[in-house]
Amino acid sequence: MQRFVNHADFIVEDMMKGIEKARPELEILSENDHVMKLKAAPIASKVGLVSGGGSGHEPAFLGYVGHQMLDAVAVGEVFSSPPAQAFYDAFMSVDSGNGVACLFGNYAGDNMNVKMAVDMCLDEGVEVKYVVATDDVSSSPKETKEKRHGIAGGVFMWKVAGAKASQGATLDEVIRVAQKTVNQTRSICVGLSSCTIPAVGKPNFHIDEGKMEFGIGHHGEPGMHVEDLKSAKDIAKDMVKAVVDDLEVKADETLSVIVSGLGATPIMELYVLYNDIESELQARNINIDKVLVGNYVTSLDMNGAALTIMRMDDELHELLEVEADSMGLRV
Amino acid sequence: MKFTNQEGIEIVETIIACIQKNRDYLSEIDGAIGDGDHGINMNKGFTLAKEALTGKENMSTGFQIISKMLMSKIGGSMGPLYGNFFRGLYVASKQHEEIDGQIIGEMLDKAYDNIKKISPAKVNDKTLVDVLDPAIYAYHKEFDASQDVNKALTEMVGASQAGLEATKHMVAKLGRASRLGERSKGHQDAGATSAQLILESFADGCKKLLR
Repeated sequence: MQRFVNHADFIVEDMMKGIEKARPELEILSENDHVMKLKAAPIASKVGLVSGGGSGHEPAFLGYVGHQMLDAVAVGEVFSSPPAQAFYDAFMSVDSGNGVACLFGNYAGDNMNVKMAVDMCLDEGVEVKYVVATDDVSSSPKETKEKRHGIAGGVFMWKVAGAKASQGATLDEVIRVAQKTVNQTRSICVGLSSCTIPAVGKPNFHIDEGKMEFGIGHHGEPGMHVEDLKSAKDIAKDMVKAVVDDLEVKADETLSVIVSGLGATPIMELYVLYNDIESELQARNINIDKVLVGNYVTSLDMNGAALTIMRMDDELHELLEVEADSMGLRV
Repeated sequence: MKFTNQEGIEIVETIIACIQKNRDYLSEIDGAIGDGDHGINMNKGFTLAKEALTGKENMSTGFQIISKMLMSKIGGSMGPLYGNFFRGLYVASKQHEEIDGQIIGEMLDKAYDNIKKISPAKVNDKTLVDVLDPAIYAYHKEFDASQDVNKALTEMVGASQAGLEATKHMVAKLGRASRLGERSKGHQDAGATSAQLILESFADGCKKLLR
């Protein structure tokens, strides 16, 4: 595979330098080159918002640092949780004395590192609370949904919490809306091809020509099943069914929707898929509020797409509409 | 039978060299049911530790440096797990100028306890615990019976190999491989593989110095 790279082992550092140069509102933390923060943070009297995770999911996670979005992100190696030290430095760099909310995806490594960093902050008298996104319906059955991984649903969580924090909400209020977002959000991925970690140099897994993996994870974790590649319409139907059934969405309810590419899928095809997804939702008499189509949370060069839905209410609607400006999302 | 903490820095070097040598092997094992970067991340952490050694460390402070590098630079699941493991080896030995079979046992216990503090993994979950648990048990069983530290280390290595082999037949219950369910059977666990390498090189390093 041909790629734009200098040294594969330092691809994350090189990307961060590029982002820092391209986005004047952002800076790499001077004490830790694996933390990207908003220059303006800590923002007086505002709860600090932090996320973090492995690289390779761009624009997640660091692309959601921005105005009325996240204040800082701990950046890990490709597909690998950032170390506790990076989370700790990110927390400390954005605390204005009002506490910090850490909003991240549910993976074993991230959980361990965040919890260690939260303890380290406690020793310094800084309060950090966290919410884990668990939107991937294929990663664990409904009975054990707290074990599910977080994928593109994080975008709604960061947007909603970012808006809430910018309104001067307390740490507990920010945590409440972030948790509500998680409770009302579900996602499903379909993979059409594998992806390659640059430093490994060969595909992470394999999908045969003419096949698709339904329910694939964001690092190529095996999905629910492998089947013959179908038309976009039939794939959309299955994706909608998977998330709508799991969230138990009823007719006349309202959803916001994200269709995110996984890295190598043309934007054209994402809209082909969205066309069929919307038809499918309408056939179920489900209303649609906000729609985001594009590359929001990717998986390196995987060909595939994720569908995310969030059940709306007045509060979530209002928070989604609040102005925001980041590399990954502008409202 | 014992050696000095000062001489013990050779054990630290032996473990680092072992991880560096097995970079590609560990990634290959991880690639079967994980994402194939275990060797890369381990090698990065242990190589950073090697670069941080000044030549003035003893065994304990050498382990402390490995721990710090894994915790501050590596991340993932293995950063905190092995970071805590090596911190245990450091804490349990730092006040001793001479290291004997009793202290080695305390080091192993502290290292394993530190992993249990942060990980919910149990025996049979197809993780590094499936190597550490039987290996450390075997060490104590032999040492308590014979007070022969060389024999105890040999028993430990044997049990670590058997524990690693057993992970091939287990279904992963934690971490990313757990997504595979039954399909994770037939492959040995990557974290268990690195744990086995670390225990075996630790034992080799000790045996060379014990007299």
